[in-house]
Amino acid sequence: MSASAETQAKSPRAEPTRKPFSLPLSERMIAMPLVLPLLTFAVILVLWETSTRVFSIPSFILPAPTRIIEGFGAVTPARWSAHVWATLRVALIGYLVAIAVSLPIAIGLAKSRLLSRAFYPLLVVIQSVPVVAVAPIIIVVLGTDDAPRVVITFMIAFFPLVVSMTTGLMATPPELIELSRSLRAPQYREITQIRLPYAIPYIFSGLKISVTLAVIGAVVAEFVAADVGIGFFIQFSTSMFRLPQAWAGLVVLVAMSLILFQAVSLAQRLFFPWSLPRERR
Amino acid sequence: MALASHAIDFRAVGQVFATESGPLTALDDVNLTIAQHEFVAVLGPSGCGKSTLLRLSAGLMLPTTGQVSVFRQPVTRPRDDVGIVFQQATLLPWANVLDNVTFPAKHKRGRVGSEDRERAAEVIAAVGLKGFEKRLPAELSGGMQQRVGIARALFLNPDILLMDEPFSALDALTRDAMGFELLKLWQASPKTVMFITHSIPEAVLLADRVIVMSARPGRIIADMAVPLGRPRDERALRAPEVQDFAAHLRELLIAKEPAS
Repeated sequence: MSASAETQAKSPRAEPTRKPFSLPLSERMIAMPLVLPLLTFAVILVLWETSTRVFSIPSFILPAPTRIIEGFGAVTPARWSAHVWATLRVALIGYLVAIAVSLPIAIGLAKSRLLSRAFYPLLVVIQSVPVVAVAPIIIVVLGTDDAPRVVITFMIAFFPLVVSMTTGLMATPPELIELSRSLRAPQYREITQIRLPYAIPYIFSGLKISVTLAVIGAVVAEFVAADVGIGFFIQFSTSMFRLPQAWAGLVVLVAMSLILFQAVSLAQRLFFPWSLPRERR
Repeated sequence: MALASHAIDFRAVGQVFATESGPLTALDDVNLTIAQHEFVAVLGPSGCGKSTLLRLSAGLMLPTTGQVSVFRQPVTRPRDDVGIVFQQATLLPWANVLDNVTFPAKHKRGRVGSEDRERAAEVIAAVGLKGFEKRLPAELSGGMQQRVGIARALFLNPDILLMDEPFSALDALTRDAMGFELLKLWQASPKTVMFITHSIPEAVLLADRVIVMSARPGRIIADMAVPLGRPRDERALRAPEVQDFAAHLRELLIAKEPAS
């Protein structure tokens, strides 16, 4: 169909039969948001597969996609789901704790210049601490159950949340704050009925960044101390030189991050459609 | 009797703001009385303290010197009988027209009752938005959004309406249309209006009286009655004495514009 459109476009006599506003192929591809990236991905996979075969690249350097798929079979599905659940649980709990902690902090920072002057530098210092380096210390302090892993996840996920929430809470048009003051409404309603809803677009950009960071946090924690979880599985597999199955673990992590990211996006589209630009509602 | 009663009084009002580059005098020795149900336009260049005048009347700030009174009571905090229309409509983007108009009730009292919804329907109809109650602000034109802003200000039925360049963000045609609509609203239910603007035609079309202010520090340099009866239409605006009046206002404004 696209080919006929191309030939018709070249022949001036065929003009009347041409569909109005028929776009060139490249623009029609842009109009289909899924096709192009999937196509690119497929091409990369094929190149990857053929190059590993043609150049006989050993699987511990770069396993072929088919070897990675075989890697999924190295462990039983029950074991996989145990690993996935362990990582997902830590990531989600750490994420929720980060949200619960960052919201009151953001409200404090946005409402009070004093608090913001006093605590913002401290937050930046905390954020500047390399969490990977602190992780072993936290594990020693808090033991080896979920608690230290949740704390590590929290530490990685919470800073973007505080920043985006604070920015959002301060983004309210000053006129609406004046309206609130002119009505002599209770202070908390200024937060709940004006500032927080106004911050929704900002909050969601923070939520999207942090949800993928939470997965990273959970994996980092598992690298340091765990006996289950995808992070543990990858480390264990590489130490046994089973690279294809380590890659399989990586694929699972990517899928987990993508699904969580999409879940947050979907929540925004479902519950706060007004907070999205028009064309994405 | 109605005209004799004072709605807003400024007595020797001065306003100084602390800025990074030192104190900034926004208003200097402002004396002004606005009678009840009078429509007063405040005309001046940008940064002449027009908006400060409005915020003082609303009780959103207190004067550095002098005194501001509303209905002969000194203004010490925001009052219930004052409604504000801002330069931008500043509606809540997540709330439809009805919820935006009833927002003052929800915000002040925490709930919206059935009588609130009746009152909202009234003011929404008055600003010509009947049938648009369920639309979100993003689905409305700029002019319609500002109508919602006006309806929201009228919702609590204030005695005084403070308008801060309410039509300046609109295109010229919409702006004229909105001016006439505002006149109709005001004639149907008279209120004391303080209308901040930097548009001479707008001031002449709408106001009983025009106050001209100078740039920093803001001082009142002229206080003149508009030589036009009511009701007004476009034709009345073209009368020679009205044109002369507008020209005079223009001269006052240009003379006071600081030489650059």
